Amino acid sequence: MQVPAPFEYERATSVDGAIGLLERLGDTAKLVAGGHSLLPMMKLRLANFEYLIDINDLHGDLGYITFTAEEVRIGAMTRHREIAESAELLAVFPIFADAEQVIADPVVRNRGTIGGSLCQADPAEDLSAVCTTLGASCVIRGSGGERVVPMAEFHRGPYETAVGTTEMLTEVRFPIRPYAGSAYEKVERRAGDWAVAAAGAAVWLSSEPRGSRGRTDSENDGHDVVLADARVGLAAVGPNTVEIPSISAALRGQTPSEELYARAGELAAQNCHPVTDPRGSADYKRHLADELTRRALRRAVQRATDQVRS
Amino acid sequence: MTTVAEPQTARETAFVDNDLHPVGHGRMLRKEDPRFVRGRGHYLDDVQLPGMLHLAILRSPLAHARITSIDITAAQAHPKVKLVVTGAMLAEKNLAWMPTLSNDVQAVLATDKVRFQGQEVAFVVAEDRYAARDALELIDVTYEELRPVIDARHALDPDAPVIRDDLKDKKDNHIFDWETGDKDATEKVFAAADVVVTQDMAYPRVHPAPMETCGAVADFDSVNGKLTLYSTTQAPHAHRTLYAIVAGLPEHKIRVISPDIGGGFGNKVPIYPGYVCAIVASLLTDKPVKWMEDRSENLTSTSFARDYVMHGEIAATKDGKILAIRTHVLADHGAFNGQAAPVKYPAGFFGVFCGSYDLEAAYAHQTAVYTNKAPGGVAYACSFRITEAVYLVERMVDCLAFELGVDPVELRRKNLLRPEQFPYTTKTGWVYDSGDYVATLDEALRIAGYDELRREQAAKRERGELMGIGISTFTEAVGAGPRKDMDILGLGMNDGCELRIHPTGKATVRLSVQTQGQGHETTFAQIVGEELGIPPADIEVVHGDTDQTPFGLGTYGSRSTPVSGAAAALVARKIRDKARIIASGMLEVSVADLEWDKGSFRVAGDPGKAVTIQEIAMRAHGAGDLPEGLEGGLDAEVCYNPSNLTYPNGAYICVVDVDPGTGKVTVRRFIAVDDCGTRINPMIIEGQVHGGLADGIGMALMEMISFDEDGNCLSGSLMDYLLPTALEVPAFETGFTVTPSPHHPIGAKGVGESATVGSPPAVVNAVIDALRPYGVRHADMPLTPSRVWEAMQGTVQPPI
Repeated sequence: MQVPAPFEYERATSVDGAIGLLERLGDTAKLVAGGHSLLPMMKLRLANFEYLIDINDLHGDLGYITFTAEEVRIGAMTRHREIAESAELLAVFPIFADAEQVIADPVVRNRGTIGGSLCQADPAEDLSAVCTTLGASCVIRGSGGERVVPMAEFHRGPYETAVGTTEMLTEVRFPIRPYAGSAYEKVERRAGDWAVAAAGAAVWLSSEPRGSRGRTDSENDGHDVVLADARVGLAAVGPNTVEIPSISAALRGQTPSEELYARAGELAAQNCHPVTDPRGSADYKRHLADELTRRALRRAVQRATDQVRS
Repeated sequence: MTTVAEPQTARETAFVDNDLHPVGHGRMLRKEDPRFVRGRGHYLDDVQLPGMLHLAILRSPLAHARITSIDITAAQAHPKVKLVVTGAMLAEKNLAWMPTLSNDVQAVLATDKVRFQGQEVAFVVAEDRYAARDALELIDVTYEELRPVIDARHALDPDAPVIRDDLKDKKDNHIFDWETGDKDATEKVFAAADVVVTQDMAYPRVHPAPMETCGAVADFDSVNGKLTLYSTTQAPHAHRTLYAIVAGLPEHKIRVISPDIGGGFGNKVPIYPGYVCAIVASLLTDKPVKWMEDRSENLTSTSFARDYVMHGEIAATKDGKILAIRTHVLADHGAFNGQAAPVKYPAGFFGVFCGSYDLEAAYAHQTAVYTNKAPGGVAYACSFRITEAVYLVERMVDCLAFELGVDPVELRRKNLLRPEQFPYTTKTGWVYDSGDYVATLDEALRIAGYDELRREQAAKRERGELMGIGISTFTEAVGAGPRKDMDILGLGMNDGCELRIHPTGKATVRLSVQTQGQGHETTFAQIVGEELGIPPADIEVVHGDTDQTPFGLGTYGSRSTPVSGAAAALVARKIRDKARIIASGMLEVSVADLEWDKGSFRVAGDPGKAVTIQEIAMRAHGAGDLPEGLEGGLDAEVCYNPSNLTYPNGAYICVVDVDPGTGKVTVRRFIAVDDCGTRINPMIIEGQVHGGLADGIGMALMEMISFDEDGNCLSGSLMDYLLPTALEVPAFETGFTVTPSPHHPIGAKGVGESATVGSPPAVVNAVIDALRPYGVRHADMPLTPSRVWEAMQGTVQPPI
């Protein structure tokens, strides 16, 4: 049994209460949600805090998935299992189903939260890659009120976030657009392992009158399918999960094709910064950025197309 | 004689017939399982004694450094701390160093230098585990960093730092050179051969990683001078004797208890510094002291396995007759030579590298070196280095098949030993007892549907899909061992067994070996039950306590059934012989007129006249006269000295799919046909095989203890040291042939490690076979997605 250094334990009963405790205790305190990243680090004594503020009682306030016409809002204390079991969410963003199946194991998924995942800021973390791919925004609350930070600014380096020492992440918001498809592809050495590399893709289709572009989708009666927008997010190939804007630029307005996916894969490989570690060589990870980007796009487009047809 | 049995795949038979209650051998549920599945096992950390203190060990953060000072005053001042001990303090009691199982010495606590990251430097004893751990951080050690030796290939460089300057006149990092076989004869065969194939291969360092880590509770009674040591040991008797020798305690005043053990795999064979620290702490505090290592300590400081860099050569005729195998091995033994193997076998049983084949010549040379890594070697279900030997030969045969362009099955079939060649003496002097290797192979091919698999593979290759089929036809050598050849630190590798038949006909059998999950409490009851006709449920198996069991060397190297199993059968036969005499008195006939009918003696020609073993037991303890000259009671004891090892064999077939885009390997099927001679409990054998196959798949695909160039261990947690899960292994398909061992009393051979030994080359052969379109002939384990992809690119490097 590995035992952590001594710490004091507080149990927050409200978001304001948690923030109040943070203000009082400063950076000697740490919020604990699911605890499946923090507690192992404390047991290994890689992380030591004087105070743990347990926010699991806030699950009632911050454990939710709500829908409006424009966006999905997921409370920070929503657990992996709740995400994986939300049929409504998975219908809008099937990428969550892909990712949740490959995150750790059921024990972790029963307890771990989306907020905890994002705040851990592990470069190989799957939900962070999903949020990056989907262009999510993070709601951060302090005693002075709320601010909304896009994913691109939320992570500030490995294990660092935009959340201040007296703030907490309360919600993650995902914009909804029509004719969407999304997918997540991950290579891991073993079930439950961190990603060697992973790629998420989200696409939004539109259709134009047939003949206005070079290639036609014969099954899409009378119209050519084009990518209104597309995003690719990568995990484990840089200091944080990262979206590749040049891929979006290259894909926008184009008709989906293997050649297009290959171009996107090439851009992913060019724009990532993997390092060699026991999970794999930098060359291999760069190759995976390419390969998995193609696969994720292929599957995302297929899903979007299926949605358009239905 | 070999009988090929009906197909018994895991899926078909896993839950069939388990409700049978055989009186003797046969499929039955394990007697020990009710307590395990109900959480009623009693493991080391469950031991709680009144007033017990807790010990924690401070370990070196550096791989190689001189200790310049240790300040323990702050730790001593911690309110819950009772004792802080350094190497210098142990040295005053002449306890700073202890012997290893290979006649080297190992530091209990470092006195001069630290020689690997994780080495024991000091210990703290406190009122609770938390305080002990906290106080470690109050110990201030200053180190002078030294250049470490991490790559064994450079351990013997002229400018390499000398790791073991504690040894008198030691000027380099050389441990031993060892050779076997006939060098000149092998050279001649190689010189004349049509085909010679060479291949370098590495078998990376791996770790047994038992679910329960190592630990001890030492309880010294200062009034009667008796030390009771609860410890996670696979060899309680051998440990007791070594404590007597090391610590100078009288042996009869030491009791070693090995409670339920949560997996051993060789990890719990050595004596670790922590055990000695716990004993010292109990002596000094006059309290029971518990030391229980954590997961990181287990992975970074306890006995590892493998770590061989091998150069293999195989010679053959152009039509595929294998003539000779030659190899040079560089063995990394870490900072202390802690290898656990019979002393006359510094390279363990690596000499069986001739494998299952009829060779004209063979030769192996091995150099072992010190490096700044954790000590050990041999641990992890390897049958004393046969894992490495089997990997070498089974990979070399596949490399030969690759170069000759022939099917690896046909190449093997052409070269496997034939039944009539047994007993067969290999070119390195090992006498294989029995086997029908072609029959075992044929059974595996039949279960696999080999020809159909090859057709499927061909069709898939047309479509650009990568599917591979890997074969391994291995021979194991287990049951150490004959006392003329084998001892560990002077202790003969024999095992005792004591059997008492109680008046009501129930029995207690006491073993010198110790179960770590192998199912001894069931298997040994079945062995005795088979011999005496007493139901296994009526036989209590006692083990793991030196005060309650006869002397013997313990459980490792698949030796329990070959050695102790023989002892159990023989002691039961001794009882049966006495029972026959008692029965003759009860039935008033001559012993020659009695026939044994499993559980009773009958009068020949008058089958109605009989007495049961239970009736005989009551008579033995009851009133009335016994035949003249016979003592009362029905007890016996034996100590068994095997005349030879037993040589189980197997034919394994692994089917993999490789994702061409990612290099990810999926083990789709694994067919394991084992011949372990007489099968005592087929369900337990299957369980052992299943576990070993999971081990083998883990080693082939993901497991490796790795280090950076400074000697930092990069595999200190189970996040970094990957063990396979149910998701990485297929539903195993097991089968068997039965070729009894001619010299074992019941014909049984050991099987505990067969699957660990035999499966890694099958997996690697399968992956290499899948990569055939890329022209890949070899890639080293672990075959992670990254390494497989690099093999496809032609850029893969050895992992060590």
